[in-house]
Amino acid sequence: MMTDTQTMSRSRQFSKVCEILERYSYDSTKLIPILQAVQEEYRYLPEEVLTFVATSLNLSPARVYGVATFYSHFALQAKGKYLIRVCDGTACHVKGSVSLIEVIQEKLGLDEKKRTTPDMLFTLETVSCLGACGLAPVVVINDEIHGQMTKEKTNALIDEIISMEKSYVPRNN
Amino acid sequence: MDEKKSLYINGKKVLIEGEKNLLEIIRKAGVDLPTFCYHSELSIYGACRLCLVDVEGRGIMAACSTEPQEGMKIKTTTDEIRQIRKISLELLLANHAHNCPTCSKSSFCKLQEVARKHGVEEVRFKKIQKSSALDYSTYSLVRDPNKCILCGDCVRACNEIQGIGAIDFAFRGSDATVLPAFGKDLSMVECVDCGQCARVCPTAAITPKSEISEVWKAISDPTKTVIAQVAPAVRVALGEVYGYASGEDTTGQIVSALRIIGFDKVFDTAYSADLTIVEEATEFLERKTKGEKLPIFTSCCPAWVKFAEQYYPDLLPNLSSCRSPQQMFGSVAKEILSKEIKKDKKDIVIVSIMPCTAKKFEAKREEFIKEGIAEVDHVLTTQELARMIDQAGIVFKQLETESLDMPLGFKTGAGLIFGNSGGVTEAALRYLYEKVSGEKLEQFEFQEVRGNESIREATINIAGNDVKVAIVHGLANARKVADKVKKGLCDYDFIEVMSCPNGCIGGAGQPVTFDVKTKKDRTRGLYEADKKLQLHKSQENHFVTDLYRSTLEEPGSHLAHEMLHTNYSARRRVSDTEIQILNGSAKEKLEISVCVGTSCYLRGSQDLLYKMIDHIESNNLQDRVDVKATFCFEQCDRGPSVSIGGKVIEGCTLKKACDEMQNALKK
Repeated sequence: MMTDTQTMSRSRQFSKVCEILERYSYDSTKLIPILQAVQEEYRYLPEEVLTFVATSLNLSPARVYGVATFYSHFALQAKGKYLIRVCDGTACHVKGSVSLIEVIQEKLGLDEKKRTTPDMLFTLETVSCLGACGLAPVVVINDEIHGQMTKEKTNALIDEIISMEKSYVPRNN
Repeated sequence: MDEKKSLYINGKKVLIEGEKNLLEIIRKAGVDLPTFCYHSELSIYGACRLCLVDVEGRGIMAACSTEPQEGMKIKTTTDEIRQIRKISLELLLANHAHNCPTCSKSSFCKLQEVARKHGVEEVRFKKIQKSSALDYSTYSLVRDPNKCILCGDCVRACNEIQGIGAIDFAFRGSDATVLPAFGKDLSMVECVDCGQCARVCPTAAITPKSEISEVWKAISDPTKTVIAQVAPAVRVALGEVYGYASGEDTTGQIVSALRIIGFDKVFDTAYSADLTIVEEATEFLERKTKGEKLPIFTSCCPAWVKFAEQYYPDLLPNLSSCRSPQQMFGSVAKEILSKEIKKDKKDIVIVSIMPCTAKKFEAKREEFIKEGIAEVDHVLTTQELARMIDQAGIVFKQLETESLDMPLGFKTGAGLIFGNSGGVTEAALRYLYEKVSGEKLEQFEFQEVRGNESIREATINIAGNDVKVAIVHGLANARKVADKVKKGLCDYDFIEVMSCPNGCIGGAGQPVTFDVKTKKDRTRGLYEADKKLQLHKSQENHFVTDLYRSTLEEPGSHLAHEMLHTNYSARRRVSDTEIQILNGSAKEKLEISVCVGTSCYLRGSQDLLYKMIDHIESNNLQDRVDVKATFCFEQCDRGPSVSIGGKVIEGCTLKKACDEMQNALKK
């Protein structure tokens, strides 16, 4: 069931897209900052929104799709509420990041191809170096950085999120 | 006085005569550099790295993207260059599907040709790409990503010639691929089926879709009468496949070949082109007299029609309501023949031979299929006809010439020049001149509407009245003219639009050629064929006159409208593109869609959408409605459009929307 907050946010999101386009004066040369701003809003780039952006900027949807798929920063699939990024750069790799990835995959039933849980709570990504090698291995959940992680700490961190989400009851009206 | 500049190619002095790049000047000098990504009609891309040359003092560089300079000393072949080219070819071949013998482009394939010429005899690199599925979704084209070499020719043709951009590069590095938006099927996006992508593709990554087996099947079915109609542009190009010079008229041989293949009758699309002129010119005169729906746009090019439906819905009333010659032929032929040979329409199979891929799409438009019976059953391109001729074992060069069947094989030169850009306009002028002035037109050629430029205009005085015409080829140019019309910046009476460069003779179904001169030869071929005929004006086609006498009564009659005209409707560019705004939880919800497409947006639809949401929320209705922002209810001229419970409200205001919502929710 849709909660009020969600329906509210959808109409707000759409008006936000229009605002973004206006802010960049419908200038097609500003496509990349526009897509960045749209992604901030939706947390990914939904197809229909990209088509809307393309049409508004007088670009073909194929061109906008091309730009959106060129940069790994842009996501075309919806991501979970919690984006877990495990660093697998050299330092983190040496310090055992692979075992962290395995723990998370097993716990959340994810694999190489299936990166998001069906309840849309978690998305697991690996990144190559976050520049925090001194804290290796590093796990970033949304914007929070967790350094010197172990399997146990990772496990606990995810449990904590799950239990917090369970106790969250959306307010009705 | 300016001294002529020159440079040296392999030690030979060559004058620089305005060439924009080394490639052009080297080819002028008689050295054929290999290229995949260079087309004189498209922008320079510099991706294939095959046209490398050694410029003394500067090293190895791509000829296509280097400007000729005074005194340059160029070597077009050195050990180093040959080696680099060979490795580039090997790398391209490594990821290319290796099914050449069964590939439809085999023996016309540029990759095959260049690799052979450069002595690539083995590929030492491993294939890294996984195979991707072929896209058979459209009626006109097949996309095979496994054969793409990423030269980008198709992407630039679609963007630069047609101004559409239905396909583009997606992803990056070794994942890079050419795709329609969101990796959808081509039929789900704004592709107009013109096939210019296929025309410029050096391999078989995009090819015209074949209907050969369906046609063979019809021919071998004894219950079917199979009829061919041959478009004008086909006859001046098919010969190229068999060693005739481009532009040479091979109508007689084509007729023989079609009869050997097994067609029961062979007719001419130029006949129905004559018929089109009578109808279209009558329609034009009526509009001109009433002063409405001007300028009239021609509508014989199906790619242009689809383009207009997608991008210029508000100009659709200006398009001539005439069906294209292909469709008029189908409609008339099935009507007449079913009576004449006493056969059910479903057992008469009309096969068009066309220079065009979009005609395949046109034949399948629902407007032209009545009670399950299509006016035109199959469309073969010139290329496909050549393949059928080969399959039948016919030695084309040895064929005796034969004549077309009557009456639908009879045409005047006016019908024939339809295949050239400017031809429809000229044919219409030949009709209009005599109709309006009442005088005989002695000098029937209108040189002022002929030519190569992609946007041309002319003013023709007919009995004291000026008729202002514009002729456009390439849809990117059509866009420029249509924008001017929309803004009221021009006062044309008649606008001819052909999607393909130089008109139908440059269609994507024509024999594969990368020589620009070919198109000029084909154009000249059609004008010469016109000269050789006895009659040059559609009104002189007595079989057309007969058709009016026996069946249609008069041009523009009720029956003529039924059989020869059609209508157009606005069309979405990309399918499945609705933005969910509110999604109610009740079991039965009221579906509301607000159009946020360009036209409606300009008329304030976004603002309307927000106000409607405010209204819904302040009345606590959000659980009972589904609100979507959508593109196009195909009523762009009457926006903003809102659909509430399936009912479309044009020129919608907040009050109208709220009233309708209240009404619908009461039920």
